[in-house]
Amino acid sequence: MNGSLRRYGMYALAMLLALALPQVLYPVLALDILLWALFAVALDLLLGFAGLLSFGHAMFWGVAGYAAALLARNAQAPFPIAVLAGMLVATLLAIPIGWLSIRRAGIYFAMVTLAFAQMVFFVINEARDITGGENGLQSVPRLLPGVDLHSSVVFYYAALPFILLGFWFAHRVVHSPFGHVLIAIRDNEARAQALGYPTRRYKLMAFVISAALAGMAGAFLSLSHGFASLEFVHWTTSGTVVIMTILGGIGTLWGSILGVAIVLLLQDWLSTANVAISLPALGTTSISFQDAPFVITGAIFVLIVLNFRRGVWGTILRLRDEPQAFTNFVRNLTRSRERVVAAEAKTTPPASLRD
Amino acid sequence: MEPSYVLLQIFNGLVNGSFYALLSLGLAVIFGMLRVVNFAHGAFYMLGAFAAYIMLQSFGINFWIGIIVAPLLVAVLGMILERLLIRRLYGLDPLYNFLLTFGLTLMLQDAMRLRFGNQGQPYRAPAELAGVANLGLIAFPTYRLFVIVFALLVCLVVWYLIERTRVGMVVRAATEKADLTRALGIDVDRWITPVFGFGVALAGLGGVLAAPMRNVSPLMGADLIIVIFAVVVIGGLGSILGSIITGFLVGVVVALVTGVLPQLLATFSPDLARVLPLTQLGDTLVFVLMAIILLVRPAGLLGTAEAR
Repeated sequence: MNGSLRRYGMYALAMLLALALPQVLYPVLALDILLWALFAVALDLLLGFAGLLSFGHAMFWGVAGYAAALLARNAQAPFPIAVLAGMLVATLLAIPIGWLSIRRAGIYFAMVTLAFAQMVFFVINEARDITGGENGLQSVPRLLPGVDLHSSVVFYYAALPFILLGFWFAHRVVHSPFGHVLIAIRDNEARAQALGYPTRRYKLMAFVISAALAGMAGAFLSLSHGFASLEFVHWTTSGTVVIMTILGGIGTLWGSILGVAIVLLLQDWLSTANVAISLPALGTTSISFQDAPFVITGAIFVLIVLNFRRGVWGTILRLRDEPQAFTNFVRNLTRSRERVVAAEAKTTPPASLRD
Repeated sequence: MEPSYVLLQIFNGLVNGSFYALLSLGLAVIFGMLRVVNFAHGAFYMLGAFAAYIMLQSFGINFWIGIIVAPLLVAVLGMILERLLIRRLYGLDPLYNFLLTFGLTLMLQDAMRLRFGNQGQPYRAPAELAGVANLGLIAFPTYRLFVIVFALLVCLVVWYLIERTRVGMVVRAATEKADLTRALGIDVDRWITPVFGFGVALAGLGGVLAAPMRNVSPLMGADLIIVIFAVVVIGGLGSILGSIITGFLVGVVVALVTGVLPQLLATFSPDLARVLPLTQLGDTLVFVLMAIILLVRPAGLLGTAEAR
């Protein structure tokens, strides 16, 4: 009873936070956080629960963004229709690509999804007549009969119920019997197969659901910003969402939201505060982070993969479960590399990223 | 259609195939020994090209010295990164090193972009290789011919090193069963850093070879590495010879499908040729080939089921 009370308390808190967000941050950034969070949750559904690292999820996010933008711009579709259409296109794309990609696992799955995403990138770039090529699609309207959605605050609250529905759906999937079968497949596919589960069909289902949710987020993004561009489908976007998910903690849906918030707020702060460092070695007197966003993203990537693989939420959970873990963590910082790796290989609990 | 045209397309395919082979060979060597899929391979390729470019621009060091020194510089940088960073993730899932090298790629590319800008820098081919070579049926740019011959030569030397020498035997043994090799009294760990350096040197060499053909730019390796991944999925990371053959084969098949097939189709059925956008396929064709391979032979042309 106590446990479920605390859970509902968490839901209420999250809801309040979501409602208050555009009052604290400027609304476009607030919506960005929610949308990237949904994107990261979609990826985590696949990575954390089915054990499949997709390095090409930008294709679903991007394709849905383009589809929604086209429908809103050329057919004046109301925004829920445009978003639904985006999700539909992402789903239709995910079925063949997922069907092919799940024939490989592990590192090959990452390479295959990356390659398919690059193919989608090329096709969108080539189809200039429809997608605008390098210019992208500009001035995408967001419409709803009878409501003026020009203000980004209003659009935030209009989009919020849909996005919360997306979060709720991901949560339900993970905690359903279906989600438990996914975890079984992740931990030992041969055993799940021996128990009679058609593991390929489960993995494909997870892939398609994940793509549809990523598509929903991408569709809202192009409506929120009023444009769709090639950056949506670029491989750096796929990489960014992977690092957000890992920073939050693999296999912890809530954590992905934290990871997204940290990365986006950091990027926003760095670009507006105009922090600059001088790097004489590079021949420039000083570089601003605005000029080199990927130096930052790349550095975050390297640091997290080296020292923070559990992620924020994973660390919080661990500290709750075993308070002595913190002292161990501090001790590990001073211990030799080999012993840390050996110790971690033995005791990594989320275990979604292992052989 | 004239046979000389087909031959020309095959040679064009071999030029692209040279780069596919050099880069996927380096990836295969590294993966075999370290179980690391090196995302930064494209960035090392770019750095090789820049090393040659900077040597020529700032110090007047010519192409012939550059083609030897630039890969060595890239190898040194690679070995430093292996010692400092990549080494720390052995024993964990290979995906972690994939992510680490992805982060490194972003940093290396953006750092070079800050210094040199997005614009490509031209690099002159050496005077000895300028002009066109007459091959009887066709005339082909001398430099491109040199690229094919040189890449083929390098690939053969690497194959010989790994399959026929004692060092190669150690590397192969460590690839198959590292523990057993250690038990035989061979210091496997001593070879890990040099093998990584060797693999990225091949990428750097590819970069130097590409410099006179394509402009030298910070993002020149960014799209190439993903094409290389597709090549690797097609061939499988399993074998040295496999990655060489697959590299050249993919280059030639792409050239034939985009260059020759449309004309062939046009002679039989002009309608079909008009509907199929084969000539515009270009870069996407490699990914289509990958999809076909996944469909009919998921382990890759020359891969084994074990190397998942």
